[in-house]
Amino acid sequence: MELHQLTIHELQELLSRKETSALEITQSIFTRIHAVDDQVRAFITLTEEEALANAREIDKQGEYGRIAGIPLGVKDIFCTRGVKTTCASRILENFVPTYDSTAAGRLFAEKGILAGKLNMDEFAMGSSTEQSAFFPTCNPWNLSRVPGGSSGGSAAAVAADEVPFALGTDTGGSIRQPASFCGVVGLKPTYGRVSRWGVIAYASSLDQVGTFAKDVRDCALVMNIISGKDPLDSTCVDLPVPDYSASLDGNVKGMKIAYPREYFQPGIDSHVQDAIKKALLKYEEMGAVVDEVSLPHSEYALPAYYLVATAEASANLARYDGVRYGLRDFEAANVIDMFSRSRAEGFGAEVKRRIMLGSYALSSGYYDAYYLKALKVRRLIADDFSKVFANFDLIVSPTAPTVAFNIGEQIGDPLTLYMNDILTVPINMAGLPAMSIPCGFHEGMPVGMQLIGPAFGESTLFKAAFAFEQNTDFHTFRPALEVK
Amino acid sequence: MSKDYEVVIGLEVHAELKTESKIFCSCSTAFGAEPNTQVCPVCSGFPGMLPVLNEKAVECAIKTGLALRCEVAEYCKFDRKNYFYPDLPKAYQISQYDLPICIGGYLDIDVEGEKTRVGITRAHLEEDAGKLVHQGDITTTPFSLVDLNRSGVPLLEIVSEPDMRSALQARAYMEKLRSILLFADVSDCKMEEGSLRCDANVSVRPWGQQELGTRAEIKNLNSFRALERAIEYEAKRQMEALEDGELIVQETRTWDEGKGVTRSMRSKEEAHDYRYFPEPDLPPLHIDQDWIDTVRKSMPEMPDQAGQRLMDQYGLSLYDADLITQSPQILKFFDETLALYADAKAVSNWMMGDLTRLLNQNGMEIQDAKVKPALLAEMLQLMADGTISGKMAKTVFEEMFVSGQDPQTIIKEKGLVQISDTDSLLPLIDEIINSNPKVLQDYKNGKEKAFGFFIGQIMKATKGQANPEMVNNLLKERLNRE
Amino acid sequence: MALTIKEVEYVAKLARLQLNEDEKQIFAEQLSSILKYVEKLNELPTDGVEPLAHILPVYNVFRADEIRPGTPREEILANAPLVEDGQYKVPKIM
Repeated sequence: MELHQLTIHELQELLSRKETSALEITQSIFTRIHAVDDQVRAFITLTEEEALANAREIDKQGEYGRIAGIPLGVKDIFCTRGVKTTCASRILENFVPTYDSTAAGRLFAEKGILAGKLNMDEFAMGSSTEQSAFFPTCNPWNLSRVPGGSSGGSAAAVAADEVPFALGTDTGGSIRQPASFCGVVGLKPTYGRVSRWGVIAYASSLDQVGTFAKDVRDCALVMNIISGKDPLDSTCVDLPVPDYSASLDGNVKGMKIAYPREYFQPGIDSHVQDAIKKALLKYEEMGAVVDEVSLPHSEYALPAYYLVATAEASANLARYDGVRYGLRDFEAANVIDMFSRSRAEGFGAEVKRRIMLGSYALSSGYYDAYYLKALKVRRLIADDFSKVFANFDLIVSPTAPTVAFNIGEQIGDPLTLYMNDILTVPINMAGLPAMSIPCGFHEGMPVGMQLIGPAFGESTLFKAAFAFEQNTDFHTFRPALEVK
Repeated sequence: MSKDYEVVIGLEVHAELKTESKIFCSCSTAFGAEPNTQVCPVCSGFPGMLPVLNEKAVECAIKTGLALRCEVAEYCKFDRKNYFYPDLPKAYQISQYDLPICIGGYLDIDVEGEKTRVGITRAHLEEDAGKLVHQGDITTTPFSLVDLNRSGVPLLEIVSEPDMRSALQARAYMEKLRSILLFADVSDCKMEEGSLRCDANVSVRPWGQQELGTRAEIKNLNSFRALERAIEYEAKRQMEALEDGELIVQETRTWDEGKGVTRSMRSKEEAHDYRYFPEPDLPPLHIDQDWIDTVRKSMPEMPDQAGQRLMDQYGLSLYDADLITQSPQILKFFDETLALYADAKAVSNWMMGDLTRLLNQNGMEIQDAKVKPALLAEMLQLMADGTISGKMAKTVFEEMFVSGQDPQTIIKEKGLVQISDTDSLLPLIDEIINSNPKVLQDYKNGKEKAFGFFIGQIMKATKGQANPEMVNNLLKERLNRE
Repeated sequence: MALTIKEVEYVAKLARLQLNEDEKQIFAEQLSSILKYVEKLNELPTDGVEPLAHILPVYNVFRADEIRPGTPREEILANAPLVEDGQYKVPKIM
């Protein structure tokens, strides 16, 4: 096997046995990137020179372990000091932050090596990465299909062996759905588990930082590094971070697993449903107890999400006014025109739609009917989950209603695209942790299973996911990409 | 004011809180720094930034609430107030909308003997915006410059009930509020530096009408004097308009200090739709009774209590007591002087008279003055001893203010010792009388002016240093022997 | 609920987004259809339900009143489109 095909823990093994070096790994990664990224188009920015210099420095120090010497990719929503951070938007096309986001910074402090910034839907608004202002990313399993979104670049890069792991963000499913479409592990932790400082905000009460990896073990390792209190983020909780790797014992005997009937409705592709049902049988084989439950308010999560998220986004994106950074229209004769024209030129259509929807939902006369109503529905959704978790350890469902669709197929109608989030959005509304792991194939495309845990119950997710991995081999498959 | 109309005034005051660092980030709040040198990505609204609340700002708000007899909310939260402006980096201000930290309350004012209790509606925490600098006037400037040093400085917005009925009452409210904030040590209340700002809501209504008239909001009031003048102007403007059959428009007006008028600031824009919603980046506040009690215990004496004490203990008038309790520094100066020279009225007179005059002339605060309580006390003692006259004391005081030297030294250097011994004065009086026989004749003939002439000559001869009372008595005695 | 062009113009103004006539039309249609979908929420009775604004049961997150050095001016202004005298320069307000 080539170095770029290995997992973090496999690479660490080799490093500890001095059978390879950070430089060799990094070189292998960039060789791979140059060989396939013309097709996959996962990266917006590559930091090859710095990465190689970094790798040499780490080799000189000669200390490895955890993620030291391991290259990684980071969704272009994470501010990286000195490295262009665009959020896949023209309005930040040339923005170079003077600070590292906390999450990425923790990885760099552990001597992880930044390989580059990964493509996404503009301002994390999308489910296919087709709404990047620059170019769409292609699913490595079938280049005419979408990788999912908004963290499409992150998912594709890991699936294509361009990086062993990547950071993403998930507001309505933006880690889990692309993980599902690309056949990799994707975790969105509990809201408040990982710092959002330095992560360009889309929807403040829903955004959460998470990880893409090739297997559960890698994911647990990375999560331990990025999780935990950050004094710069008031919503990042001061709770101890358990050793997630300790949950990787493969034992789910007696675990009580629920599957919500609302997530298995006719609208969900039958092949996808079958794959999950097979997985549930597998869990029973492993000694878990599986039962059907109801999350009665599920169908209201998506409409409520599109009010809460867009309302918050309309405020979060108001700072892009051309005054202090970002695109500015210099022709404007006065400040108001400068604002309106800079933003019109800098934002894509989906971003504009959501900003306007959010502004409308908050506007005078509509606040109660839309925004406030959505917050009340949010309470009902969260309560649904609480009731289930009173009696169950884990909830299992499909991650997405279908496998990856074709590029261009859904882009014409915003609502159609929104429907991709129908199974992931309720989890963000409730602030719970959830993971997608590969559990099957259909039409040669990966199917993802969603594992949902109670608040700060990531350990349960890792336990269940690892057990499934140990008893199946879906996570070992890789897309066949033509190497240039 | 008018016989037909009553003016109704409410005041919205913003006080910059006296914290070292800003409300949501750790940048310094110090005044006067070079533009954009006390900033960071948080207070400059950069992508990915998040606020973290300064505990001291909350404490200041609780203190103020207690000082104003407000109810400190057990539960309050922050909200985003959304609007676009170049000095507002996030294009929203983090403020408090429906659940402010303090509710209800009052303060008492006294205007020309009439006492009024002015209600306080609420007080809430919010962040300040940056500063916009124009070339000339905002309506004609071709461009503006933005300095974000001030962005993120903690503000407490204090809203009064519309309980004031005259410009004088409004001014008294501001003065009292200012002294309360100074005593509570939550703000340095310098209107000229912008750490105390005031907007006035002014409306008029016919006497006896319950319903409030349409109000105008007056901005750009940079001093207590401007506040007074602006309210008087605006009340008159509105009354005249109503007399002419015009309607008052609810609008924002700016006070033009130069022309002495208020002008409409209405542009073609509609009123702002602020789209308030709860700030998701900040967890709400729970302020329990323990915290409130701890703050309450740490609070110093407030101006009203101190003023009452001065009136009770020393028999000072309300007027004097109010002046001395304008700030804790003034009160401290008074108390310290009094401890060394126990004549409250004398101390008060000198502080309110010459000291205040000199402080104002030099734009200084009492704590920065070179003249200290001990020096004033010493000087007063020298006056009481008869060593210097009242007139001479004025000269001594001026010198003390400038140099900080003690009065004894000044007297010696300037040769200002009052002549109070009969041995020096009697021969002099004799000499003056003998060299002015005609005036002596006038005196004998009953001309009062002659007496004054002799006094004048004696004072002139002694360069004003003769003890006037003594001269008066000795002269009278001597003349009676003629 | 269908959004009129006038309403789209109002919202675009609130959000400081300049739109051309075509865009106004397209957005009016798209936003109307999204709003129609979102109105599904009205099926759900929510009287007496406490809105969930803060998902974490967390209160009173503070920092101490301490000064930390900010960002040096050249650094913070490095991304600015237009600067003069150490300040952000913008066209006239009115």
